[in-house]
Amino acid sequence: MKRLKDSFRDVARYPSAIIGMIIVIALFVFSFYTMWKIPYNEAIKMWRASEDIVYKNPKNARPTWVNWFRKDKLPVSVDVVAGEDDDFTKVSEPRASGGSSIEFVYSFDYDYNELPQDFFLYFTTDYQSKNPFVSMTLQTPSGEDIKIADLGISKNQNYRFEQDEKLRTRLKRLHKGNEPSTAMEGLLSKLGSDPFEIDKGTYKLTIQATTFEEGSDVDVELIMHGKVFGFFGTDHLRRDLKVAMMWGAPIALAFGLTAALGSAIITMFISAIGTWFGGWLDELIQRITEVNMVIPYFAVLIMVGTFYSRSIWTLLLVTIILNMFSASVKSQRAIFLQVKESTYIEAAIAYGASDLRIVTRYMIPRVIPMIIPSLVSAVPSYVFLEASLALLGLGDPSIPTWGKVINDARTFGAQYQGMYYWILEPAVFLMITGFGFALLGFALDRIFNPRLRGM
Amino acid sequence: MATEKKNITLESTVEYSKQASRATAKRLIRFFFRRLILLMITIVVGVYITIIVANMGGYVDVILKSSIREEVTMEVAAIAAKSYMTEDVRRELIERGIQEREKLAGLDQPFVRRSLTHLKNALTLNFGRARFMISDHGSRYVRNIILERLPATLLLMGTSQLLLFVVSLFLALAVSRHYGSFWDKLIVALSPTSSIPPWFYGIFLILFFAAWLKILPFGGMVDAPPPPTKIGYFLSVLKHMILPAFSLFISSFMINTYSWRTFFLIYSSEDYVDMAKAKGLSSRAIERRYILRPTMPSIITSFALMLVGIWTGATLTETVFLWPGLGTIIYQAVSRYDTAVIVGTTIIQAYLLGITVFLLDFLYAIVDPRVKLGGSK
Repeated sequence: MKRLKDSFRDVARYPSAIIGMIIVIALFVFSFYTMWKIPYNEAIKMWRASEDIVYKNPKNARPTWVNWFRKDKLPVSVDVVAGEDDDFTKVSEPRASGGSSIEFVYSFDYDYNELPQDFFLYFTTDYQSKNPFVSMTLQTPSGEDIKIADLGISKNQNYRFEQDEKLRTRLKRLHKGNEPSTAMEGLLSKLGSDPFEIDKGTYKLTIQATTFEEGSDVDVELIMHGKVFGFFGTDHLRRDLKVAMMWGAPIALAFGLTAALGSAIITMFISAIGTWFGGWLDELIQRITEVNMVIPYFAVLIMVGTFYSRSIWTLLLVTIILNMFSASVKSQRAIFLQVKESTYIEAAIAYGASDLRIVTRYMIPRVIPMIIPSLVSAVPSYVFLEASLALLGLGDPSIPTWGKVINDARTFGAQYQGMYYWILEPAVFLMITGFGFALLGFALDRIFNPRLRGM
Repeated sequence: MATEKKNITLESTVEYSKQASRATAKRLIRFFFRRLILLMITIVVGVYITIIVANMGGYVDVILKSSIREEVTMEVAAIAAKSYMTEDVRRELIERGIQEREKLAGLDQPFVRRSLTHLKNALTLNFGRARFMISDHGSRYVRNIILERLPATLLLMGTSQLLLFVVSLFLALAVSRHYGSFWDKLIVALSPTSSIPPWFYGIFLILFFAAWLKILPFGGMVDAPPPPTKIGYFLSVLKHMILPAFSLFISSFMINTYSWRTFFLIYSSEDYVDMAKAKGLSSRAIERRYILRPTMPSIITSFALMLVGIWTGATLTETVFLWPGLGTIIYQAVSRYDTAVIVGTTIIQAYLLGITVFLLDFLYAIVDPRVKLGGSK
């Protein structure tokens, strides 16, 4: 107990150790928060990007923090449900002939210099035989009323502004034959402006719905796909990068720690047992170690990923197997050889301790302080190993990881198209993880390794 | 052993040293052969395991067989479209074609036999023909594919690794002289930056210099089309090499300097160094005789391992920078199930590692008098 306390005091003497420790603890907290906030199955489902989950997300939208650094703000995505927001009101009046007439009014300010990707309206309604009817108009800041569409709606109806050909034709006519490239451009530009100039100010979208049956109601959700979305942005499949950024942490920690711990512990036992029993066993272990040194590690992992399985756990297992007989078997053997000769081992033999007891109680504790720092320092290399495999397209297809996001980003040319956030976000996470463990590992190395003390 | 002779009189010293050198030579030879045999076995086993993994325990053959079947069926169908033939003739033609192709690919032998043939070919550096990959000059021989990519890898890795080795070694020596100075502390503080692999730095460097500042190319080895003049070509390659070489350099630079510095510090805190200082030797002499000499074996080891690293290339850094080197080959080969190429590159790596380890043992014996040969203990 006192030793443990002393080690803690030692750790506290190194500022780098404290920073490393804080980062590592923060990562753990973040991971547990993620697992609590987005359960695993839900995360996987969200990452599979089925239409009912990602419909609200714009494609390749930058994260909201991009706007902090821009003078020229990018349009923020909007998702409002009528009646739930002060800007989106719903007023219902019964009609004499049965049914009701419902007016939705959504007023919003548009002060951006860029156009949004699209407007969507999601209608939900219930009726028996005659479906309700809606008509939509948009009032521009200059006071003009643009008719958008009239349509009868089914139970789950969506209306996408960009996909309405009639709207496009109407906008072309309103712009006096000057065809806007998107419906958004036509809608949000000053009428008759050439080149198109965004009409800034307050817009008012009015949706007039009429139902024809008693008790029939209409609800509407408006979604604007802007150019920024959420704190992390979205990718080419409209997936919220939040899922991958958050779930990347527990997966990276699980992979890195299991690989580092697993291989370190097995290596320790292998070298202890080999040294203790000696003879052919020792010789065999030494030869296996040498063979393992000759096998190209990364190439084998690539082969396993391509030929056998891309499951992250298979790759983890293979990583551990390949690292079991690493070069540290040799360096630990040198220490164990010294330990084997020491008098307390002789005493243990004299009182009749079993082989197992000697190995686990007398030999292995001697190398533990030596392997802890290297174990901690090894974590980043395994975290980056997973990312490397993902970068080559060998990532686990179902699990969202940081490396896979970088791979996606590079495959879809994020670096050529200025979508830097897509690469930078996972990269920063990876880097923080790497630094955290490396800082801690380096400091521990100096604490546990007496020769390095004070160096 | 002769060296353990006791009771040596002064007169027999000369005789003794002759004997000793003869004995040393004898031991050196015995040591040499022992290591050589062990190493050969090691390489053979290592290469065999790689072949087994690369061949997927025979699954690759199944894939290959079905692709042969498809090919032959298509060809026969093409013939049948031009000239009439009965169903039987057609089937027979297909079967015969498949058999011939399979025999050509060596698929008629059982897997164990085949893997042993692979092993023999591999060990004699007879890598055979690639199944799908073709070198830029149109050759299908694995050797040509590898040789074609080798210069690019040697250029990139050679430049970055040699630079890394020399710069970090000398910087470490300089820093270790001023223990506790600002630069020393800086090196210690920055050493964790090396936990990040080179390809990762590469991504950042590409974003910064290529995408944002637009002053250096995204990747590749030379402009397209390549400049006509030699100097232009050279400059273009140089421009393309800056980022990959720098990322390889920077990712190991701090840790290398740090570990060399620590290493030198440990050696300079030995008693005999204090003794030399007390004698009033110049710091240069102390460094040369008492610090560099005992650290020589480690310096040689790391140099040798660096040389091996140069040959094997850096798969990911090359992939990130689209550098047409050996490192990218292995990934391309894997993604196209081209076992021959995978095995070829892997074997070269295994061989080089083995040979380096072997040579190192000798260099140690020569450089470090403390290393006892032949296990006389």
